[in-house]
Amino acid sequence: MGVDRREFLKIAGYAALFGLGGKAAIDILSPGELEASMQGIPLTQGKRWSMVIDMRKCLKQQEAGKDGCKECMIACHLEHNVPDWGNPKHAIKWIWQDKYEHVFPEHPNQFIDEGVRHKPFILMCNHCVNPPCVRVCPTQATFKRESDGIVAMDMHRCIGCRFCMAACPYGSRSFNWGNPRKAPKELNPDYPTNRAYPERSKGVVEKCNFCVELVAKGELPACVQACDKIKVHALNFGDLDDPKSNVRKLLREHYTIRRKPALGTEPNLFYII
Amino acid sequence: MLERAIKGTSGYWGWLIFLLALMGIGLGCYLYQFFEGLKVTGMSRDVSWGLYIGQLTYFVGVAASGVMVVLPCYLHDYKAFGRITILGEFLAVASIIMCLLFVFVDLGNPVRIMNVILYPTPNSILFWDMIVLNVYMLLNIIIGWNVLAAERKGIHYQQWIKVLIYISIPWAFSIHTVTAFLYAGIPGRHYWLTAIMAARFLSSAFCAGPALLILLCLIVRKVSKFDPGKEQIRTLAGIVAYAMIFNVFFFLLELFTAFYSQIPGHMHPIVFLFKGLEGHGNFVPWMWTAAVFAILSLVLLIVPATRRNEGTLTVACIILIIATWIDKGLGLIVGGFTPTPFHTVTEYWPTTPEMLITIGVWATGFFVLTILYKIAVSVKEEVAA
Repeated sequence: MGVDRREFLKIAGYAALFGLGGKAAIDILSPGELEASMQGIPLTQGKRWSMVIDMRKCLKQQEAGKDGCKECMIACHLEHNVPDWGNPKHAIKWIWQDKYEHVFPEHPNQFIDEGVRHKPFILMCNHCVNPPCVRVCPTQATFKRESDGIVAMDMHRCIGCRFCMAACPYGSRSFNWGNPRKAPKELNPDYPTNRAYPERSKGVVEKCNFCVELVAKGELPACVQACDKIKVHALNFGDLDDPKSNVRKLLREHYTIRRKPALGTEPNLFYII
Repeated sequence: MLERAIKGTSGYWGWLIFLLALMGIGLGCYLYQFFEGLKVTGMSRDVSWGLYIGQLTYFVGVAASGVMVVLPCYLHDYKAFGRITILGEFLAVASIIMCLLFVFVDLGNPVRIMNVILYPTPNSILFWDMIVLNVYMLLNIIIGWNVLAAERKGIHYQQWIKVLIYISIPWAFSIHTVTAFLYAGIPGRHYWLTAIMAARFLSSAFCAGPALLILLCLIVRKVSKFDPGKEQIRTLAGIVAYAMIFNVFFFLLELFTAFYSQIPGHMHPIVFLFKGLEGHGNFVPWMWTAAVFAILSLVLLIVPATRRNEGTLTVACIILIIATWIDKGLGLIVGGFTPTPFHTVTEYWPTTPEMLITIGVWATGFFVLTILYKIAVSVKEEVAA
C-alpha cells in the first residue's frame, strides 16, 4: 500500500484523535505487516500445528485427584462459550474424555494391560492433514488453513446440513440442536463465559479450532495452558514442520499412536501411551 | 391447461383439502422446529441424520424411476408407454419437490440455504446433488408440459423437446448415482462405504418407483375416464419384478462380503439392524418386516399368474413399497450411523413433530402430484372424447 508522508500523518492524526493505539494505526496503514513483524514469537509461524498427548502424565494426574482432572476441558469450554445441555445426545464437545476402548476401537484386545483398560483418554479434533469434513462441506464453512494446517470452522456461514458430522470418523463435530443461550440455566449459570469469543446461533456445527484466536496472538491453546498451569504438561502443542520443535522431539523419542490411521485422514494428534 | 386443476368433483376437492390439512399441521410443526432448533427431532450428535434425509434418498429414487417409462418409450420406441410417460414425468416432478423440501427441513440454518450457491464447492457431493436434482425437475416440467400441450392440440411436440428427452434419460441415472455418492464416499461409515451403493440405489428405485406408478395408474383408472392401459401396467410389472430381483441380489452381495470376511466394522451395522447390538434393537422388527415383504413381493411378482392378476399385483406393489421404504428411508441412514465412531450405539427414533413434518412434506408432494395428474388426465380425457 503506497502511503506518502502527508497521508501517513493524516491517518496517524486521526488515529491519535480517536485514541487508537499504535497497532490500530499500523493496521490501517498496512494490514498484516504487524503480524509479520511479530515473527520473533515462534507460535505465530507454525506450518503444521499438531499436538502430542502424553497419556502417561495425563492418567497419572487424573488418578491423583478424587474426581480425576478436568482442567483442560473446563478451560476450553469457558474460552469458547461451550454450553452444557445435560443431555449426551445434544452434547457439544470440543475436548472431552472417553475410555480407551472407545477412542481406539480398532485396537481391541481382551487381554490389554491394566494401564489403559477403561482409562479415560483425551479427545478433540484431529486437525487432519486430509480432512473428510472439509471435503464434504457444501459452503466451505469448514476449511483447512493452508498456512498452518488448522481445520477451522466459520459458524456464521454454516447452513447446518451436518454432512461434516457424517463424514468425520472421529465424532469430533457437534451440532447446536438448540440455541446455546437456551441451554439449562442451572448448568450454565455464567453463560456466555467469554464475551470476546463469538456466540453461535442454533443450527450450526462447531468443533475444536486449536484456539486459532489465541495462536494468532502468540498464545498456546487454552487446554495446553490449563495443563501447563497445573504443571502436568501432558498436552504438547507445536509445529510438526519444524524438526527442532517440541512435538517432533517427543515423536522421535516415544512410540505414539493415532486414531484410525487406516482411513488416510492423517491426524495431527498423537498419543504417547 | 392449468385451469383444469380447478374444475373437479367433490372427491377431488375433498382429497386436496385433506392434503392441505396435513400440510398445515406439518407447517405448524416446522415453525416449532424453526424456532426451537432441531432438538425437537429424535436426531442426536451420534445419529445426526434421520427420517428427513432418509426420505430425501427414497424420493430421489422415485423421481429417477420416471426414466423406466421414458427410456422404453423413446429409446426402444415402445409405443404403449407413450400413453403414460406423462404420469412418470409428473411423478418425478412431485418427488423432486419432496426431496428439496426434505433437505430444507433438515437444515439447521435454512435461511442461509443460498450459501450453497454463493460459495459453490465442487468437491462437495451435496453441491452436485443440488444441481442434478434441480435440473432434473426442470427437465421433467418442461418435457411433460410441452408434450402434454402438443397432445392436447393434436400436434407433434417440437424437435428441441426431443433433445431434452434424450438428456433426461442419463440425467435420471445421475440423480440417484450422485445421491448414492453422498454416502458411498465417506470414510469410517462402514454401512455406506460400499462401491455397490449406487447400483443398489438404482435397482431399489427402479422397482419402488414403477410399483408406485402402477398403483397410481390403477387409481387414475378408477377415478377418471382415462385408462392407462392393461398392457402398460403389465410391462411395468415386469420392470418392477426384474428391478426387485436385482435389488435383493445386491443386498445379498453386501451380506456375503460382511459375513464371509468377518470384518467387525462391516458386520456391526447389519447385526444392529437385524438382530440388535449392545442391547439396542429398535429397528429389528422393521428390518424383518422389510425382509419378509421383499421376499413375498418377489414371489408375487415372479409367478406369472399373480403378476398378471391386478389384485395380487396391487398387493405385491404395496408390500414392495413398504419393504424398500424401510430399507432406504429408515434403515440406510440409521445403519450408517451405527455403531458410532466410538463403537457404541445411540438409539434414534423420530419424534412426533418430526413425523408430522415428514407427513406434511409427503402431503405437499401428493398435493402437487394430484394437481399435475388432474391436468394430465383431463387433457387425455378431452383428446379421447
